[in-house]
Amino acid sequence: MSAPDTTPDTLTPVLTRRWSEERSWTLETYERTGGYRALRTALAAHPDQLITLVKDSGLRGRGGAGFPTGMKWSFMPQGAEGPGAKPKYLVVNADEGEPGTCKDIPTMMADPHSLIEGCIITSYAIRANFCAIYVRGEALHPIRRVRAAVAEAYAQGYLGKDVLGSGFDLDIVVHAGAGAYICGEETALLDSLEGRRGQPRLKPPFPATAGLYASPTVVNNVETIASVPFIVAGGSDWFRTMGSEKSPGPKIYSVSGHVERPGQYEAPMGTTLRTLLELAGGMKDGIPLKFWTPGGSSTPMFTAEHLDVPLDFEGAAGAGSMLGTTAVQVFNETVSVPWAVMKWTEFYKHESCGKCTPCREGTYWLVQILERMVHGEGTPEDVETMLDVCDNILGRSFCALGDGATSPITSAIKYFRQEFLDLIAEQPAVARPEQLADVERADGTELSGVSA
Amino acid sequence: MTVEATKPGGARAEPPEGHVRLTIDGIEVDAPKGEILIRTCERLGIIVPRFCDHPLLDPAGACRQCLVEVEMGGRPMPKPQASCTMTVADGMVVKTQHTSPVADKAQQGVMELLLINHPLDCPICDKGGECPLQNQAMSSGRTDSRFVETKRTFPKPLPISSQVLLDRERCVLCQRCTRFSEQIAGDPFIDLLERGANQQIGTAEDKPFQSYFSGNTIQICPVGALTSAAYRFRSRPFDLRSTPSVCEHCSSGCAQRNDSRRGTVMRRLAGNDPEVNEEWNCDKGRFAFRYLQSKERITRPLVRDASGQLVEASWTEALRIAAQGLLAARAQRGIGVLAGGRLTVEDAYAYAKFARVAAGTHDVDFRARPHSAEELEFLATTLGTTPETGVSFAAVEAAPSVLTVGLDLEEEAGIVFLRIRKAVRKRGQKVFELGQWTTAGARKTKATLVRSVPGAEAAVLRELAAATDDAGKQLVDALSAPGAVILVGDRAAEVPGLHSAVAALATRTGAKVAWIPRRAGDRGALEAGAVPTLLPGGRPVGEAAARAEVERAWGLPAGSLPATPGRSTDEIVAAAAAGELSALVVGGVDPHDLADPAVALVALEKVGFLVSLELHASAVTERADVVLPVAPDAQREGSYLNWEGRRRPFGVTLDASGVLPDCRVLDTLAVEMDEDLFTQTPAAAAGELERLGRYTGSAAAPTAEPGPTPRPAQVGQAVLATWRQLVDQGSLLVDEPALAGTARPPRVRTNAATAERLGLVEGEAASVATDRGAITLQVELADLPDGVVWLPANSPGSAVRSTLGVGHGALVRVAPAGVLGGAR
Repeated sequence: MSAPDTTPDTLTPVLTRRWSEERSWTLETYERTGGYRALRTALAAHPDQLITLVKDSGLRGRGGAGFPTGMKWSFMPQGAEGPGAKPKYLVVNADEGEPGTCKDIPTMMADPHSLIEGCIITSYAIRANFCAIYVRGEALHPIRRVRAAVAEAYAQGYLGKDVLGSGFDLDIVVHAGAGAYICGEETALLDSLEGRRGQPRLKPPFPATAGLYASPTVVNNVETIASVPFIVAGGSDWFRTMGSEKSPGPKIYSVSGHVERPGQYEAPMGTTLRTLLELAGGMKDGIPLKFWTPGGSSTPMFTAEHLDVPLDFEGAAGAGSMLGTTAVQVFNETVSVPWAVMKWTEFYKHESCGKCTPCREGTYWLVQILERMVHGEGTPEDVETMLDVCDNILGRSFCALGDGATSPITSAIKYFRQEFLDLIAEQPAVARPEQLADVERADGTELSGVSA
Repeated sequence: MTVEATKPGGARAEPPEGHVRLTIDGIEVDAPKGEILIRTCERLGIIVPRFCDHPLLDPAGACRQCLVEVEMGGRPMPKPQASCTMTVADGMVVKTQHTSPVADKAQQGVMELLLINHPLDCPICDKGGECPLQNQAMSSGRTDSRFVETKRTFPKPLPISSQVLLDRERCVLCQRCTRFSEQIAGDPFIDLLERGANQQIGTAEDKPFQSYFSGNTIQICPVGALTSAAYRFRSRPFDLRSTPSVCEHCSSGCAQRNDSRRGTVMRRLAGNDPEVNEEWNCDKGRFAFRYLQSKERITRPLVRDASGQLVEASWTEALRIAAQGLLAARAQRGIGVLAGGRLTVEDAYAYAKFARVAAGTHDVDFRARPHSAEELEFLATTLGTTPETGVSFAAVEAAPSVLTVGLDLEEEAGIVFLRIRKAVRKRGQKVFELGQWTTAGARKTKATLVRSVPGAEAAVLRELAAATDDAGKQLVDALSAPGAVILVGDRAAEVPGLHSAVAALATRTGAKVAWIPRRAGDRGALEAGAVPTLLPGGRPVGEAAARAEVERAWGLPAGSLPATPGRSTDEIVAAAAAGELSALVVGGVDPHDLADPAVALVALEKVGFLVSLELHASAVTERADVVLPVAPDAQREGSYLNWEGRRRPFGVTLDASGVLPDCRVLDTLAVEMDEDLFTQTPAAAAGELERLGRYTGSAAAPTAEPGPTPRPAQVGQAVLATWRQLVDQGSLLVDEPALAGTARPPRVRTNAATAERLGLVEGEAASVATDRGAITLQVELADLPDGVVWLPANSPGSAVRSTLGVGHGALVRVAPAGVLGGAR
């Protein structure tokens, strides 16, 4: 990674460009670096123009599903009568919890005002006067940062009554979640925000019709909202200079695991793992790549054959996975696939909300099979049983949590079936909590039982 | 207007207005827009397995058992869809488990998952044999499970109230119980706790499942997770004999099912009657039937022997003695008949006829509670309505607004309360309650409280009806909307002028009026003529033509019926106490329910001859000369008229040999007195009443003036408000401790300012006293008017009429407990 000519073009960072500034989270730094200028531009425009702008930019939701943001905004009923007469709300999903994902929390830590500016512009566009930022409860430090930034914004007249003399009013509440993965699901988040038990709601009605307090609501991810001021400032054509036709714009890739420099790498949509690995200094200790997730554990895993898959919505889907939250978790050859899958499944079992049968009971069952297997008590039928149980969960559960829980298992068996069978055949007498494979280093030296 | 054109090729016409056309398992079907797919399947006879789905609850889509394949616009949806949440659409093609391998596998998969944590305890489970899980596991499940891991376990059972027990291992988390409690009853005492496989139903700490409707959750539980303390482990469904019946408790007339085994009713379930109780009943209706087996039941006739002891006698002897005594009394100062409010229509008719034919008097009254002459005038105007001509459950549900007067619906007619709650929740019905405080029922129906000092309701209503202020205009406008109804409870009789004020308001607004008495027999007894002013069919005693009709029908000599009305319950009691009546025939009347129980007891004591027709030993039988046992509903047939005027016939549940209904006992007693009633059977009595027909004239509404507004005259005084709670010391609630445990705790209620003035502290005991006695209960603050205290009328430690000798609207002394210690 030393030769300059092989260093990939990191682009001029957009979303993360302030992260390395001194005291980047302060209003002063934000304003000094061009912050809240987009807001002034936005407030001078008609809200519908902003919706059109974001539609034109092709911005797609950064929370995982990739729904076109401008289209979501345009679903909000407007007008003085009928459903449009109800109060409208913007809810920011900052309940970042997908395993491996850590893009929103650093955004809120390093550049909270970009989120707040995005909130103001979005609220103005959808004609909401109340915005709630639902932050994952465990993320105490970011909650404080965002709250402090909101207070600064109020003091500066960016929030509250008559924002910057525009006549537009907006209040932002930063709400701490209570620690449930399911509350990242937008309707469960809304229930939780209302003070109810966080479980997904029946759709329809969709949040655009009956969301928070049964009123029209837009729910967007932090990164999505933080992208908005840049689109307003740079225009949709500029935004489309990055990424692909259907997946334009910059994206924060959370690269973790067995790489030399794990961290957040902002790159245009469609960047490949090969490029990201180069940015991250390559595989740690030179141990070869075994498997990786393109967008968190809920997206089917990839292997070394997928190094050149463009990581955008179409590219990931075309290769049999999903872009998800672009949480790129990289695992080298020391890691046992059944063990990793067991750990993930334990997570889903713990986080299944319990509402529907397939997810609640299925994850409970799958964990026990995997744990038994890893503890040397697997049977040859287990692999087929797991696949069938996954088939009975996928597409049968109430929300996508159940679907996501099956991804690591089915994809692992797809690419590493033999490793499962070998583990079953091997029947290790002593349970090995971490089934580390013996591997050879790139330089030929033996490496055994090393935990990464 | 669209013109239907016949399409070439004989194609079917377009679906009717408001309908869509879809195909299910190859069958084309029209369904109303918005119908849930699983219902459309049902109508076609295609049963899709389900757990969380219930037609009266909002869809949940939680169990995922009802998955089917759906094609929209020619494109198959990528995942199987829950047919309990999906609404029908035009052109939809649906394939259920019968035609889709995908749906079939999905259903089998969900069933296998549901069973992995379900205990295999069907052989000892109450639900075994009638269990939707068991049945659907057979129809839609695998023959064996692949699950060899460890099942999740919980300690069990967990009592969530004294009546309802929860087995969390059996629970499939369908949320029917929690949705019922939240949506239907408005009592969200139970909810989901924890998550994932540890998710479970539970209650908050120290907040048991104290709902009057909790038993419904047991009935709709699709597994054996909720069981009742009363029925748990008592019998197996397949050993039970089920008989459709009607509830005998309140005037709603709920359909129910009696399940009996070897001569004993083991349990009662809510029957399915969409017009009346839908599929619900209250816990009193469900659980209060142990009186059938009470050791206080009287099964043989009793007569008082020479030593003054009641001894068993043969029917022949008992009837002879009773007839002799009554004949002698008739020849002296006469006989009074107290029928009671728990009679079937047929029995009430027999009492009405017995009084006129055998006792030769109009001194007959069913009203075993405080009453008034104004009330009778008012009731005469509400007589004879049916669900079609008067107010019905459906009309209450459809009403834009409802005013309740002297009626706490949740406590007195729970099923009407549920209907109103449904209308409030689904349609935003406006409810006004003329009362004293925001009761639980008022809160749950979002009622606007029209607050009044007890006894001043009539004046308050008159003032509002004059619509001089916003509150008045709001009420009058709401009640002027077409379909608005005014519901009047029997408690209104305790307030002078209230019936007149209601009648005036109804005339002014056009709102329909319905009378919802607390007891099951009241409406029927009124129609059957068991009142001093009316003959059967609502014929006024004072009208010669009406009397003549009845005389002809009964084969009496013309002019033999007295032309002046008889005496009311209070007057009969007073006359008996004063020695102005020689005998009393008393049906199911508890003297403690009467306006002045002390006087009533004196009357029973003093009257020369007392005949009691009773189920159980009581204050009346204790004093009776002859006690004639009568059959409880379970051992007879008959019918009630519910508050709508709807006939609610029921058949025999248990073996009826050896027990006789009141109408038969009275018939035989009359024969002994040489008179014929022709009421040997309920059918005979009903037939005669039917043939008699109805009075065709109309009655004038009462125009009584409101009484003076009661005001505390001295320091330490307050005005008493009081009415009964659903689960209380009622005589039919005996021997059911699990039900009694779910009663609302008796409390004395007052507002904060009054409490402070009287020196009362919330949570501490206070005494409410008159010169007769005192009631001491814990204080709870509520939004009563100033200077008013509320007491439950007949709850443990609070028998208001018996202890205080006064009732609603009376002045009482109130002080912290201890201060009034020497009241008596």
